[in-house]
Amino acid sequence: MQAAGYPAMNAAAPFALRRSFDWKWVVIGLCVVFTIYIAVVPLAFLLWQSFFTPQTAAKAAEFTLGNYTSAYGSSETLRLFWNSVQFAVGASLFAFVLGTALAWMNERTNTPFKTLFFALSIIPLIIPGILFTVAWILLGSPKIGIINLALQNSFGLERPLFNVYSLWGMIWVDGLHYSPMAFLLMTAAFRAMDPALEESATMSGANIFQVAYRVTLKLTWPAILATLLMLFVRAIESFEVPALLGLPVGIHVFTSAIYQAVHRYPSQIGLASAYGMTLLVITTIGVYFVSRLSSRGSKYATMTGKGFRPRRIDLGPWRWVAAAVFIVYFLLIVVLPFAVLLWSSFQRFYSVPSWQALNNLTLDPYRFIFTYPNLVRSVWNTLILSFGSATVIMLVTSVICWIVVKTKLPGRWLLDNVASLPMVFPGLVLGLSIMIFYLNFDIGIYGTIWIMFIAYVTRFMPYGLRYNTTSMLQIHKELEESAAMSGASWGTTFRRVILPLLKPGLVAGWIYVMIVSIRELSSSILLYSPGTEVLSITIWELWENGQYVELSALGVLFILALFVLVMLAQWLGKKFGVKE
Amino acid sequence: MLKVAGLFTEYPNERGQIVRAAQDVSFEVPEGKLFTLLGPSGCGKTTTLRSIAGLERPRAGEISVGDRVVYSSARNVFVAPNRRGFGMVFQSYAIWPHMNVFQNAAFPLEVGDRRYSAQEIRDKVLRVLRAVQLDELADREATKLSGGQQQRLALARALVMEPQLLLLDEPLSNLDAKLRERMRFELKRLQRELRITTVYVTHDQSEALALSHSIAVMNEGHIQQIGTPREIYERPRSQFVADFVGTTNFLDGTVMGRGAEPGHFRVRTEFGEVEVRSDDDLRGNDSVVLSVRPEDVELAEARPQGDNVWEARVDQKVFLGEFLDFQVRLGGRILLARSHPSLRTPIGDAIYVKLHPEKCVALKAA
Repeated sequence: MQAAGYPAMNAAAPFALRRSFDWKWVVIGLCVVFTIYIAVVPLAFLLWQSFFTPQTAAKAAEFTLGNYTSAYGSSETLRLFWNSVQFAVGASLFAFVLGTALAWMNERTNTPFKTLFFALSIIPLIIPGILFTVAWILLGSPKIGIINLALQNSFGLERPLFNVYSLWGMIWVDGLHYSPMAFLLMTAAFRAMDPALEESATMSGANIFQVAYRVTLKLTWPAILATLLMLFVRAIESFEVPALLGLPVGIHVFTSAIYQAVHRYPSQIGLASAYGMTLLVITTIGVYFVSRLSSRGSKYATMTGKGFRPRRIDLGPWRWVAAAVFIVYFLLIVVLPFAVLLWSSFQRFYSVPSWQALNNLTLDPYRFIFTYPNLVRSVWNTLILSFGSATVIMLVTSVICWIVVKTKLPGRWLLDNVASLPMVFPGLVLGLSIMIFYLNFDIGIYGTIWIMFIAYVTRFMPYGLRYNTTSMLQIHKELEESAAMSGASWGTTFRRVILPLLKPGLVAGWIYVMIVSIRELSSSILLYSPGTEVLSITIWELWENGQYVELSALGVLFILALFVLVMLAQWLGKKFGVKE
Repeated sequence: MLKVAGLFTEYPNERGQIVRAAQDVSFEVPEGKLFTLLGPSGCGKTTTLRSIAGLERPRAGEISVGDRVVYSSARNVFVAPNRRGFGMVFQSYAIWPHMNVFQNAAFPLEVGDRRYSAQEIRDKVLRVLRAVQLDELADREATKLSGGQQQRLALARALVMEPQLLLLDEPLSNLDAKLRERMRFELKRLQRELRITTVYVTHDQSEALALSHSIAVMNEGHIQQIGTPREIYERPRSQFVADFVGTTNFLDGTVMGRGAEPGHFRVRTEFGEVEVRSDDDLRGNDSVVLSVRPEDVELAEARPQGDNVWEARVDQKVFLGEFLDFQVRLGGRILLARSHPSLRTPIGDAIYVKLHPEKCVALKAA
């Protein structure tokens, strides 16, 4: 018996040794190190930099509070702060009111065509901010704005009716552009609510307004606050609108001030860092309260019933007014901006629509764009960057969120927070800190496409994490355990069980990251160099050069391509069973 | 009191197909009675209730309460749900989490057309909370209530405005089994004491049998049968009703002729001729299905007196404590019989089966 037992034990011993070195820990370790490096390093360096003088060949960097004193010592900063707050509050409130009213009409009333409207509501999110802003300049500028000219002509006014180059103009354009975000968030909030809560109020004798005020509004209050804060954080990070509309008339906010500080000669990196830190503090506070609000939201979670489809409020004849509101909104947010770009893309020089201009239609801008030397390169860069960052983000965060959700490792909550940290970075501040870091630690990636890749991965990692976490939470622990009991190693289990089950979230997140990467401008603008332009940068450059018609042609093609991509994504999503 | 006539309610589902939820539904509920709509999920019972509430707009029909018509397609009347003044308890209770117990119950008095003074509201709310034994918890957060307490609060809120009609949509289905049984008694006591006309929706047949004065069994939008609990159980008029309410044995057969008593018939089955009863006027050679409840299948080791007796063999038995379930083989058929646990015939032994003619209901085969 003993003799028979020996060889078996010998065979088991090397196996046990091999077991102690497990690839699992290598993969986990690499992912954790990568995440921490990518999320923490730029932040730490930005902080450090804001306290030091610029390093030159002649003089080493020294500790100083000068950046902050020059940033906060001037009345200029106070104005900057006041402008930023006005702009962000205005834009977020406008987007919120618009989005909430539309969401309520869409979810709770019998407005005609609303299913169509819901399907259309994602289209505005496709249009990149820079193109939306440019389109609204063509519509609302006091000199060439089509709407202004049309109104002036029809009412015989001397002066243009409104000026998009103003604080109100900025609020209008930015708020309008982000109202679909408010719409989607509030739609989700309305859907999360048990319709019986409203119906029981109706049965108690309350009329529409009493139900809306005393039940619907009061119950969605946490969601309302969270949405408002999110919109505020987003608006204060906004770069395109303040840069294109505010800078020409001297309305500065933090983001445009950072951009100017970097692009001044000599560039004032320290000052930009100090502004960046301020902005970072504001967004951090905002994001912190959003996350607290959403975790507190469960306080209002009640027992839910069978989820009967909610009753639609009958608006009577007013439903046609509501439908008209939908149509006007859709005109303002999609049709008019796209139409004005389309019009100008067929012109030799930009001119306002008229019979005479109609005779000058030409395909020249498209010819220009297709022979533009930068075009192929920037399309290629954009595709590589968005494809690469989406893939890396989704794979790395799948491991990260496996650790956070499925293991009991100490400190895993910290990992979750670290990976979500980039959420507080405004794109411009992230670009700034990455720029500073790789300028100082020359590992040969400054000025290459890799620095932008790092910026994209950092910036969009939290989104990947969120998509993965949602699906990871739905995978029961026993599915994994039964794979282990069947004899699968960790790697095999992860590849054969976890990843396939994660697929819906993985695919949805991948598509989302891909789309936001394609539109990215505010980080890229500080990091690109000749040869690494992406599409949004090419558009920016065309704008700087005043090549409006060429820009329009590129914009039209860009929007159409994104539209096709999103449709493809939706089709893929249906195929893989992705739920919104 | 409540009169529903020729009600049709349809709505489009998420995919845009029309769901025929209620089809030609008609019934009447006398003052002070509890009427139950019973049926499987998707049978249209909830839609019917919601049509009475006004939360659903029917396509055709008429609904009136007392002398008041609240809906009529012919006269184009549709009273908004908040003007009907009915009390309703939802399946999820729909307790507002941002209000405490008192505020939840006071809400109907605050939003209604009639203005009450603060003192009146206080009196009424406390009285109704006392009736459901929640007066001690008036200041508690609604979210801190247990399932049973939430259920009672929902009931108090529905009763506080002293409605003409009380509508209950599966009010007990979210409670655990023990609590459900207790609340069943509570609900019955309250309804009988207040003598409030009530429409009750449930898919649970024992709940329906226990609570109702009268039951309507629904299937696929249509009412299959209306009757008292005993009528529904003992004299089902269709296979669906016999099958849905309680457990039953179905046996195929052919009518041979009239039986010894009026309403009795002789039916040939695969194990012999059976004397049965039927409310239908059956003729010779009609195909019928016999429905026999397990507790009406009499088992005995000695041959009992009288007709409708056969010898069978014990196939399986299951001891359930308060009774013993036998599966006996009779001809080619397995028959389910429920007997007193004292019967201890071993598996494989012979046993006598007696079917009482009154308890064998012949239904026309579909």
